[in-house]
Amino acid sequence: MKKNDLRIYDHPILGKLPEKKRVSIYFNGRKLIAYEGEMIAAALYANGIRALRKTEKFKQTRGIFCAIGRCTDCVMTVGGIPNIRTCVTPVRNGMKVESQKGRGRWKKKNW
Amino acid sequence: MEEKELVIIGAGPAGLCAAIEARKKNIDVLIIDENIKPGGQLFKQIHRFFGSKQHMAGIRGITIGEKLLEEVEKLQANVWLDSTAYGIFGNRIAGVIKSRKKNVTVKAKAILIAAGAVENPISFEGWTLPGVMGAGACQTMINIHRVLPGKKALMIGAGNVGLIVAYQMLQAGIEVKAVIEIMPKINGYMVHAAKIKRFGVPIFLSTTILEASGKNEVEAAVICPVDQDYKPILKRTKSLDVDLICIAAGLQPLNELLCQAGCQFTYKPYLGGNVALHNENMETTIDGIFVAGDCSGIEEASTAMEEGKLAGIAIAEKIRKRKWDDEKLEVRNRLNDFRIGTFGEKRKISKMEIEKEYYEKVKN
Repeated sequence: MKKNDLRIYDHPILGKLPEKKRVSIYFNGRKLIAYEGEMIAAALYANGIRALRKTEKFKQTRGIFCAIGRCTDCVMTVGGIPNIRTCVTPVRNGMKVESQKGRGRWKKKNW
Repeated sequence: MEEKELVIIGAGPAGLCAAIEARKKNIDVLIIDENIKPGGQLFKQIHRFFGSKQHMAGIRGITIGEKLLEEVEKLQANVWLDSTAYGIFGNRIAGVIKSRKKNVTVKAKAILIAAGAVENPISFEGWTLPGVMGAGACQTMINIHRVLPGKKALMIGAGNVGLIVAYQMLQAGIEVKAVIEIMPKINGYMVHAAKIKRFGVPIFLSTTILEASGKNEVEAAVICPVDQDYKPILKRTKSLDVDLICIAAGLQPLNELLCQAGCQFTYKPYLGGNVALHNENMETTIDGIFVAGDCSGIEEASTAMEEGKLAGIAIAEKIRKRKWDDEKLEVRNRLNDFRIGTFGEKRKISKMEIEKEYYEKVKN
């Protein structure tokens, strides 16, 4: 396993990870490889990125907590739109994902 | 506004089973689910289910999920995925954001709320750090997304979820350093505890977590035994080198839509907290609003499926003004057979109390 590649390629019950088309996403401007159709947060965690946003007041980091779209701890600014639940939003090729500060800021839509 | 006979909110085991039964009786069904794929949390259950053969025991959750989807497709139930039901309005109208784009209202003769549950958090110093997550969340990461959320883990809680997920973490290649449990005994089935013990994972009883430490992410966990009054014995504190802390502290029903519909609730600790009152047909105190699965009290996927079937048949009865008593009896018998053992028995009693309280509120 590469240092920052946390994918489970082989699993005793689920077998080999199916081959999928690779797409690029940009995390704070940094290009990352993601699999087509996977959730943004999963792609980030697979690349070793777990701190997804910072809180408004105390600037604490937050990551995935529930992974099923309930807790909103994983919200980020995606394509200029803040508060996107990244654990239930799939990646798109060329998507710009930014770690959100506080409640985030609306930017011009550009994805 | 669209019109349907039955709107089901949630395409998990309960919702899908209800849809299948209702479709068999030719009810016009629409299933709404917020997720991109149906199946709810079934597809992360890679373990074999327990119970007896008639409860599909011995079959893995993922396989059960595939079977249900096949059947739903064969019976041609409408399914709206990636669509959020955000509200229930008077006279059984559901407000839905269809495909994350369009606001649609759907009027129904009956609405089944099978929205499932949400994991309970527990709070301790550092519990908001990335790397602290629900046990179910970890299961989603490893079994659905196929991504390791960490490499060295601590599991909090030795109930069935804690034990099963700890084992699945081992299967995925995560080093599980320990399972801790604040109670003096293992709450889950011994068969699951034995599996992780065979891997050499220690289960520390009467032990709690004091802190998740780390700068921006979890770098260590501080654990500590507790005395008879559950007070930490601080001089026996120790630190574990982990980057992942999973919390398996139970679940609670997802009640928002039921609340909004005006349903009455009762507090049942063995069923996860506040539960919507419902009768033996899974109908709530609001006429035509039904509930099933974890949403009607936390149990297992197996009971969720049976409750879904029961609701599906009962709704068909209500809409068609007919009786299918034999079919309902069969389902109820299977539910009773499943609700045995220490926990099953308590849940069964809680369910009976709920029915009684329902009839106290709703006079026939």
